[in-house]
Amino acid sequence: MLLIDCPWCGTRDQREFTYGGDAAVKRPADPAAVSDKEWHDYVYIRVNPRGSHVELWHHNAGCRRWFKLRRDVVTHEMQGSAPIGSELEPPLPIAGRPGKP
Amino acid sequence: MSQLFRMAPGGAWAGLIDRSREIRFSFDGRTLRGHPGDTLASALLANGVRLVGRSFKYHRPRGIVGVGAEEPNALIQLRRGERTEPNVRATQIELHDGLEAESQNRWPSLGFDLGAVNSALSGLFPAGFYYKTFMWPASWWMFYETFIRRVAGMGKTATAADPDHYEHMHVHCDVLVVGGGPAGLMAARAAGRWGARVIVCDEGAALGGSVLGERLFIDGKPAPDWVRETEAELAAMPEVRLLARTTAFGYYDQNMVTLVERVADHVLMPGHHQPRQRLWLVRARRVVLATGAIERPIVFADNDRPGVMLASAARAYANRYAVIPGKRVVLFTCNDGAYATALDLADAGVDVAGIVDTRPDPTGPLPARARAAGLAIHAGHAVALAHGGKALSGVEIMALDGDRLTGSSRPLHCDVLAVSGGWNPAVHLFSQAQGKLRFDDILGSFVPDRAAQAVHVAGSAAGHFALGQCLAEGARAGADAARLAGFGDGTPPATPATSEDAPAPHRTLWAIPPIEPGKGKRFVDVQNDVTAEDVALAAREGYRSVEHLKRYTTLGMGTDQGKTSNITGLAILSGIVGEPIPKVGTTTFRAPYTPVTFGTLVGPEVGEHLDPIRHSAMHPWHVKAGAQFVNAGLWKRAQLYRRPGETEQQAIDREVLNTREKVGIVDVSTLGKIDIQGPDAVEFLNRVYTNAWSKLEIGRGRYGIMLREDGMVFDDGTTTRLGPNHFLMTTTTANAVRVMAWLEYWLQVQWPDLKVYVASVTEQWAAAALAGPLARLVLADAVEGLDVSNEALPFMGYATAHIAGIPVRVFRISFSGELGFEVNVAADHGMTVWEALMKAGEKHGIMPYGTEALGVLRIEKGHFVVGPEADGRTTADDLGLSGLVSKTKDFIGKRSLTRPALLAPDRLQLVGLMPLDKKDEIVRGCQLVADGPGSGRGARPPVPMEGVVTSNCYSATLGCWIALALVKAGRKRHGETLHAQSPLTGRSVPVKIVPNVFIDPEGARLRV
Repeated sequence: MLLIDCPWCGTRDQREFTYGGDAAVKRPADPAAVSDKEWHDYVYIRVNPRGSHVELWHHNAGCRRWFKLRRDVVTHEMQGSAPIGSELEPPLPIAGRPGKP
Repeated sequence: MSQLFRMAPGGAWAGLIDRSREIRFSFDGRTLRGHPGDTLASALLANGVRLVGRSFKYHRPRGIVGVGAEEPNALIQLRRGERTEPNVRATQIELHDGLEAESQNRWPSLGFDLGAVNSALSGLFPAGFYYKTFMWPASWWMFYETFIRRVAGMGKTATAADPDHYEHMHVHCDVLVVGGGPAGLMAARAAGRWGARVIVCDEGAALGGSVLGERLFIDGKPAPDWVRETEAELAAMPEVRLLARTTAFGYYDQNMVTLVERVADHVLMPGHHQPRQRLWLVRARRVVLATGAIERPIVFADNDRPGVMLASAARAYANRYAVIPGKRVVLFTCNDGAYATALDLADAGVDVAGIVDTRPDPTGPLPARARAAGLAIHAGHAVALAHGGKALSGVEIMALDGDRLTGSSRPLHCDVLAVSGGWNPAVHLFSQAQGKLRFDDILGSFVPDRAAQAVHVAGSAAGHFALGQCLAEGARAGADAARLAGFGDGTPPATPATSEDAPAPHRTLWAIPPIEPGKGKRFVDVQNDVTAEDVALAAREGYRSVEHLKRYTTLGMGTDQGKTSNITGLAILSGIVGEPIPKVGTTTFRAPYTPVTFGTLVGPEVGEHLDPIRHSAMHPWHVKAGAQFVNAGLWKRAQLYRRPGETEQQAIDREVLNTREKVGIVDVSTLGKIDIQGPDAVEFLNRVYTNAWSKLEIGRGRYGIMLREDGMVFDDGTTTRLGPNHFLMTTTTANAVRVMAWLEYWLQVQWPDLKVYVASVTEQWAAAALAGPLARLVLADAVEGLDVSNEALPFMGYATAHIAGIPVRVFRISFSGELGFEVNVAADHGMTVWEALMKAGEKHGIMPYGTEALGVLRIEKGHFVVGPEADGRTTADDLGLSGLVSKTKDFIGKRSLTRPALLAPDRLQLVGLMPLDKKDEIVRGCQLVADGPGSGRGARPPVPMEGVVTSNCYSATLGCWIALALVKAGRKRHGETLHAQSPLTGRSVPVKIVPNVFIDPEGARLRV
């Protein structure tokens, strides 16, 4: 069970949240102007990185805000969260993380 | 006979039992006696019970091996009736009055077990036996399974509902200390003295861990006394919580550790309002793992005879429980561990027949003490074979030349063989927490290496077994953990002095070869009956990865999860494949550390507490009216209102016909309702719905469909304009939550520039829908201040009014296809307004209808619903609704609609179905196949699939079964005959494709 840092409410249990997918996916500004391939990639193609990943989460049992969360999908380490529209800090260097001697 | 193996009272080490009180318990129907402080295992040994179970595969007689969680053999069926629990370790059952225990896996009795024939036939049961034997013919599997289930397997689960209850506890703490042994107690003391919130848990009945079974001194006093004093000191700290009888069994992300507290397993029955067990979900800033170590056996021929046990267990039975495990003991060891056992047992009056030490020249203080005590040491020797059947009668020992046996064998008579093959740190939780392990060549075991979470490992769990080191490391870990959690400066408390002798180096040795090939069975995993030969066979057959080995041989897959066998098994594999142990690696450690009952995991969320239940404001009325309810998500919805003497179908038919002919009323409070406000609300609706909203007048509603980005229908409903910038959207009951989150996503993530606010008001409004030709008369009689004529309130119109003096919203919308009005009222007044409508409808013949009739009405009218028809693969055009899809504006999912697959001519399209023979029932889920040769009754495959039946009902209006279906290019095939083939019933019904709207296709009834 993850502990997730909502930028509005603070750290809460995972069961208050819903996962919303890759936060880096950009919706084409004018869908009519893009090719079938570009639209297909936007709708269906997702990267599956090993390591740090910026995701969308929805605090559905809390403030009902969508926000960005950087998470290491291998270790489940939380690497920061931010409201939509603001930038996330890059992950801390290894030495500064909890649990690493 | 009573407790003949109980040591006499008196002396410095007389055990930690209360001899002043006697406990009566039963084992396999025999009444026996023990004392408070005993476990079932120690009490059985005290009574001379050696044979406690039969093995899983061969039904070999088995005895007690360990003293704690590691016990592989002594699995017990505990209690009877609905409280019975299988596979409980006798070593962890606290003895209590009235305890009833049964041995497992034997028939007809433990002493005479017919299944033991498997042992004689053991040549037929090699590794991978199940895979090899039961592959074919497949149709025999049912027979095999029945047979296997009867002769193999463990205890029996209760067949009645569990009468006890279970609790969940969610807590946060600064430092969680797992393990209440010397290291854990020092860690708790170090962290607690700085005021950190500390939780200490230990699986034992009392804190203290392994030192309770040792003759050691801490701070100049016997270790158990030091434990009690330290415990009292900790108990006095306000922020420290001590949890005995509590096993930490899972370690999850972000330092969440799950504990199971056995609140009432040590008494006959839980007290009033007392849970049997409690699940703790602990979020800890820091975790200290002081989980100790598990002694491992050495593999040799027939090492499973009752009486072969771990050296640490033999010692603990004497020191803690005042039980001698036998009259005459032989020790078999490759380290100093067994010497303490020999000395302690000798002091307890046991005849020590010899210490068989694989080390050629055991030196150091402990062997010296053994020699001084006159104990015979057979250095450079090994036990090669055990004798005996239901009890050990002796062993054969032989000299060792390297790893090989040499010379001739010599018998040693004994009834107990205490074995020590070294120690495996209990790294289970560390590894569950994604920590990396390292193989320590000197210890011959895996030890914690790199942590992945905020965790400290101290003492034996870290591979540091000496008592002084355990105390010092515990203190250090506790102080560090407290400091990192924000308490104190990291200074550890002073380490108390200890009495322990420094151990001499051990010799890593896993298995003794057989005296001659095939002589005796060399068990690696006694619980699952896996031998060294099975491991070798698996390797020969290509199962050379440790994960394959495990699954092929079932090594370590029992309820003990291989606590005494995994490392030995992989070490043997490593020797066979010629790879070093670290390269062979371990299997994955997974939760739970020891088995946890489902009751505990589920906790209080059973029965009516499984989920929250949502009731509409009119629920009590439906109950009174005799409604039958159906779950719609968390809602309870009235399904039908059966009258005395009616069948379900008769009730549904009556409700449908009454609505079509007179007037019905249905509770539609469960529909999702979303209040939308803001200057950009129209633009927002234009983007989320496929149709256009700009021209919608205030006081009018419109039906809309939402798509996902892939172009598939997501949800539908009506939205009404309440004011210039104010709309009320309705959603389906099932999707209410999803649509809300969806709108929030688009507003917050994609279009933050739109000035729109959305709020869920589903709970705030109760809703009742009137439907039927007489609906207007009912509403007219009930409502105040509203002209309900078609001119004043046309189809899709909206107005506010009063009913019974209460403000209501009236929407002229219809799902049934009849003249319809939906009345919304603040939920608190839902009942009043419903009753007013019922009263007004009385003289018009109003009847309530439930979801069944609602379903019939909508199928007759050809409406799709989300789920059966809009199943995530259907577009608006598939549903015949392309008229609702705007060509001129953009909306979510529009770009996908022009992708080639969505324009394919053979897409499944919504149609209606009528049976050719009016008596036939069309079953939902039927495959639709074409008429002609190769289909229908007696068809030979392949039979091309033309579609699927999505919804069906008996239409009282039409007097026959009808259905909705998705059929390839269905709209062009009206009039064609297909066969509805049900794979479940094997029946095939000829059906005709018809338009999906069965009743009033022009919609005239809606507009009167």
